[in-house]
Amino acid sequence: MDKIKIKINNHEYEAAKNATILEACREAAIDIPTLCYMSEINAIGSCRICMVEVKGARTLIAACVHPISEGMEIFTNTPAVHESRKANLELLLSDHKKDCLSCIRNQTCELQKMSAELGVDDENRFAGKMNEFPLEDNHSSIVRDNNKCIRCRRCVAACSELQDISAIGANNRGFDTSIGCAFDAELKDVPCISCGQCIVACPVGALFEKDDTKAVWQALADPSKHVAVCAAPSIRVTLGECFGGEPGEFVEGKLAAALKRLGFDGVYDMDFTADLTVMEEANELIERIKGGGKLPLITSCSPGWVKYCEHYFPEFIENLSSCKSPQQMFGAIYKTHFAKKLGLDPKDIFFVSVIPCTAKKFEATRPGQSAAGEGIRDVDAAITTRELARMISKAGISFNKLPDEKFDSLIETGTGAGVIFGTSGGVMEAALRTAAETIIGKPLEKIDFDEIRGLEGIKKATYKLGDLTVNVAVASGTASAKKLLNSIKNGEIDVHFVEIMACPGGCVNGGGQPFQSISVRNSVNLWYKRANSLYADDKGKELRKSHESPLIKAVYDEFLGKPGSETAHQVLHTHHAPRGKQIIKR
Amino acid sequence: MKNINELTAIRDEMKNLINIRTGDADAANGEQHVLICGGTGCHSSGCNAVLAKLEESLKAHGLEDKIKTIVTGCHGLCALGPLIITHPDEVFYELVEPDDIEEIVTEHLIGGRPVLRKVYHEAIVDEKLISFHDTDFFKYQHKISLRNCGIIDPECIEEYIARDGYMALANTLVTLSPNDIIEKVNASGIRGRGGGGFGTGKKWAYAAAMESDKKYVVCNADEGDPGAFMDRSILEGDPHSVIEAMAIAGYAINADEGYVYVRAEYPIAVNRFEIALKQAREFGLLGTDIFGTGFNFDIHIRLGAGAFVCGEETALLKSIEGHRGEPRPRPPFPAVKGLFGKPTILNNVETFACIPPIILNGPEWFNNMGTENSKGTKVFALGGNIKNIGLVEVPMGTTLRTVVEKIGGGIPNGKTFKAAQTGGPSGGCIPASLIDTPIDFDNLVEIGSMMGSGGMIVMDEDTCMVDIARYYLDFTVEETCGKCTPCRIGTQRMLEILDKITEGRGEPGDLEKLDELGEHIKSSSLCGLGQTAPNPILSTIKYFRSEYEAHINERKCEAGVCKALFQFIINEKCIGCTICKRACPTDAIEGEVKKPHLIIQDKCVKCGICYDKCKFNAIDRR
Amino acid sequence: MKKTKTTVAFTGTDEQRKKLEAIITEFKDAPGAIMPILQKAQDVYGYLPIEVQQIISDGTGISMSEIYGIVSFYSQFILQPKGEIAVSVCMGTACYVKGAGDILDRISAIIGVKAGETSDDGKYSLDATRCIGACGLAPVFLVNEDVHGRIEKAEDVDDILKKYMDTKV
Repeated sequence: MDKIKIKINNHEYEAAKNATILEACREAAIDIPTLCYMSEINAIGSCRICMVEVKGARTLIAACVHPISEGMEIFTNTPAVHESRKANLELLLSDHKKDCLSCIRNQTCELQKMSAELGVDDENRFAGKMNEFPLEDNHSSIVRDNNKCIRCRRCVAACSELQDISAIGANNRGFDTSIGCAFDAELKDVPCISCGQCIVACPVGALFEKDDTKAVWQALADPSKHVAVCAAPSIRVTLGECFGGEPGEFVEGKLAAALKRLGFDGVYDMDFTADLTVMEEANELIERIKGGGKLPLITSCSPGWVKYCEHYFPEFIENLSSCKSPQQMFGAIYKTHFAKKLGLDPKDIFFVSVIPCTAKKFEATRPGQSAAGEGIRDVDAAITTRELARMISKAGISFNKLPDEKFDSLIETGTGAGVIFGTSGGVMEAALRTAAETIIGKPLEKIDFDEIRGLEGIKKATYKLGDLTVNVAVASGTASAKKLLNSIKNGEIDVHFVEIMACPGGCVNGGGQPFQSISVRNSVNLWYKRANSLYADDKGKELRKSHESPLIKAVYDEFLGKPGSETAHQVLHTHHAPRGKQIIKR
Repeated sequence: MKNINELTAIRDEMKNLINIRTGDADAANGEQHVLICGGTGCHSSGCNAVLAKLEESLKAHGLEDKIKTIVTGCHGLCALGPLIITHPDEVFYELVEPDDIEEIVTEHLIGGRPVLRKVYHEAIVDEKLISFHDTDFFKYQHKISLRNCGIIDPECIEEYIARDGYMALANTLVTLSPNDIIEKVNASGIRGRGGGGFGTGKKWAYAAAMESDKKYVVCNADEGDPGAFMDRSILEGDPHSVIEAMAIAGYAINADEGYVYVRAEYPIAVNRFEIALKQAREFGLLGTDIFGTGFNFDIHIRLGAGAFVCGEETALLKSIEGHRGEPRPRPPFPAVKGLFGKPTILNNVETFACIPPIILNGPEWFNNMGTENSKGTKVFALGGNIKNIGLVEVPMGTTLRTVVEKIGGGIPNGKTFKAAQTGGPSGGCIPASLIDTPIDFDNLVEIGSMMGSGGMIVMDEDTCMVDIARYYLDFTVEETCGKCTPCRIGTQRMLEILDKITEGRGEPGDLEKLDELGEHIKSSSLCGLGQTAPNPILSTIKYFRSEYEAHINERKCEAGVCKALFQFIINEKCIGCTICKRACPTDAIEGEVKKPHLIIQDKCVKCGICYDKCKFNAIDRR
Repeated sequence: MKKTKTTVAFTGTDEQRKKLEAIITEFKDAPGAIMPILQKAQDVYGYLPIEVQQIISDGTGISMSEIYGIVSFYSQFILQPKGEIAVSVCMGTACYVKGAGDILDRISAIIGVKAGETSDDGKYSLDATRCIGACGLAPVFLVNEDVHGRIEKAEDVDDILKKYMDTKV
């Protein structure tokens, strides 16, 4: 790469020719605070926090967007720079609801942290008129408190650039500019898919998940309830981050230990139903290929994606697998088969899932998710990684000191196939392992499907399973999904099996995952770190194919019969319906 | 049109017609032209009715073939419309009503005796008629970008051609290389007339140097400064000069497509420009293979939608691209990455209008006018408390005094000059003490204002400078896009402080806070709008600090504008005539006939009607 | 600047819808087409309520949020139709220094509508507009398309407005 010479604070450095001032400074180990900047998707230079002085420039310069040039002399630590950053921060604070003590982002708030770092000595210096907004908490997954919004537009970038949905954007102009939906409608009234990417992008407490921990605490305190919990595959590689761990740190043992200490009556691994999903989905795939069913078969375990499909690509609804997601399958089979085995009335079971995903909260409330009947929901509460972390803290559990423990065993733990459900390409790979062996009738020599791993938004491959040639495609993030679906629609590609996850990178990067400050997000690929941790776990597992799981064998023997059976359909499958794009009403 | 000869033929054929209007009496050979201004100003004053009456009258007298009526663009004296000028005898009529027409036709056009009572008042000196060219308003002016405004019929391409129109384009395409053009523009020293004053030639050179499959030429006609209407007048009066210049620019940078982004509030300008585009296409001056040289160029019109910030170049491009008009950081500059991501040059209307004469007359001609770093002329829209409200073009370096006292005719009603505001909401107020400042880009910046696009609002002693600062900031707060922090919140906070001061709630420390916020917003805002928004406040604090202090410390508004800071009080001179009592719209005045009256302050809304009506100086404002 | 929301009922006709759909078809593929489409849609309907924006969103594939973001940014676009008698007072500098503020207050009192609003019966609306460029005639106000300039004092608007109010009743 071409290098050029620049000076930062009077010291000479060489920096990449096409670098911004921010990048060059960080390369030189000089940090510059930023708020609105998100590498690649939000380089808009709007918050004016990253101001620096450049010799010869008429004004101060925003480091995040300004390219360096040969001989440029940059100053990052002058009084003018400090004053300017601080003044802009104070201006932001003057239109920000400062109830920091009760704020959900207390101690994870970037504005709060920055106020400390930049030495804001009087957060009301520029007090004046403030914009006022009603609190929006009627959505099943997402709460918006625009009184705290600082108009950095990171959520807008997540929704439009990352996801290509644009359910939210900037409205009005000037001081009245606000972030919201068309006609200032509530999120529940627009085609939002509940993915929560806006939440993890938000630096402050303006967007957060609907908190469902209260119901869980209540259930735990209720002696008449049997409270069971299952943790999704990706939680084991993200929960540690809430307690100071490195991104992707594998904390399965501590996760199980923490859940047990919280007082759950049964602490399970969602790997089991990931495996179960594989059994059903692999069967569905083979049936559709052999029986001339609707192809490509598209996975349906990501509820954000399912909602996206229902809103924006209703023509693909028939392609969706009728399988419930692992979360729903777990609740469903727990409240039917296992309830009977454990001698419990499904009415007395309170089933909790810990998930990386805000859309799962919405999914739990969907119609057609009640295997036990009588209006008993498969899942009673779906809490995100962040909510679980808050429960652990509230309960006074020292997470980092916990011993590694195992999940409760219904017979045997899940397989490696179930674990990799947590990342983009994992569902496909797991299903292929089982489908291949079902078709070939003997063990595979190589079970790593490397072509569909990795960081690309869209991955494609062709596999020969016996005499069947299967074209597969994997997309994560709805922006990539949109591209893929359009190319399928236009006949540009011919595929049999498609995996789509709503969040870029899949569940490891879900909207319910731990907050990471923007400086971490801009420098570390969280998706990559967390996914690798899952792949490592898979690699080390003895059982790596869903159909080899003794538990899976047992539930089919004892209860379901075979994949796709009538019982399986009653308990483990559901239906989907179009929702329309224009749903705002006056 | 296939070649330059055809163009020359049209020019020569039409030349005589136009010469009648440019002082060449011989050319007339008995023919008379009556020009009627059809600019927005005159339009609003009812020029259409006057024109209808004129045509009717000429017809009635059987003169419709002998006396030609021409609707032109703006002559400059907008406050005196409807305006009529007769040629070749060069009589300039002001405030013409339909009822005046018959007399003008019979007495003047037929009888040869100008109707003196309707003649432009400054064109009568010692009861004698002088040519309007010799009046103060016109004689200090030098028209380059307005060269055709008020002379040609803007809806007639042949008349533009008669004024050497499209000759510069023809010469360019046939004899010059793109590089030659850029060198000429560069050598002329012309700087962008839209605000910042960036070198036009430099800008073109950057765009020309870019390798790209597509480039654009964009004309910024989103003239949003309140009180500025230069660009509108050019589009209305001489649209072809902009089209010609854009095509020249297209050739210079190798672009084949142009956009004109014009305010939707300018319907006449848009209409005339559309007509001009159509004619240019019919004449083969736009389209493919222009003058048979293989050069292709065409222009689209895009209408603004009411956002001042779209005058900022990156916001303007966003708007054409179909987005909220929010500026984006530069670099990359539009010359590198502009419209739809392609290299683009953006110039404003007035800048483009200067290009064809620069090409025809050579860069030295232009470069010889003006000051060291500001060449050529500049158009100003004169407004406010000044006699001659309208449009003027003066060489760069003309003093403010010449513009105000000579061209503008001074301050009406015997009041005194207090300040002139240039640059609109981005500029500042120039106090009377600096009235001898030669006006150019750099001098204005030096004294805390800026050229802006050329609005010049003159203020007299009755203007409260705090209120004016508040007015401009109120405009900015209304118009800021809201993207960046300092401009979105900072300007709002400054406005709140100014509101406080003008409402009599000012506190010590307010001025320091205004200064601090102002400097902060200037140095850290994303675009030019924010970087200049504090200018009206900072410049008035600088030059009129005592007025602010009087508002804050003594709760006094000397000019009597800030209603919270004065009362009307009836003094001992009152004789009880009851005129004020009857005139008061809120029944706030009590008193019996022939006894002193009293104003009930709670009811008084400070409209000032009583103050104006009282014949006995019995009402004080204090 | 915050947009005044629609309060009147939507009464769009089939004919208007067809016109709008034709406009969308005509402009759809031009780059940056949304601006001219919105401008022409407003010419057809007089304003841009949800119903109209949804037709445009469906026709162009641009999300409602983006369209509303644009509509609420530019002051030309309105969500509330103008009154049959639409009054706007120029607030440009030249008019302002010559007393446009008093004229605005006076008109507001006469027609009973605040600046930026439309009366519930749809009869009157009042706006404070940016400079309309008739600075030579300052102060100036418009009733529908008619320009009234050189208003010497605020009371002078009474007679001018009366003419419109009488003819429309």
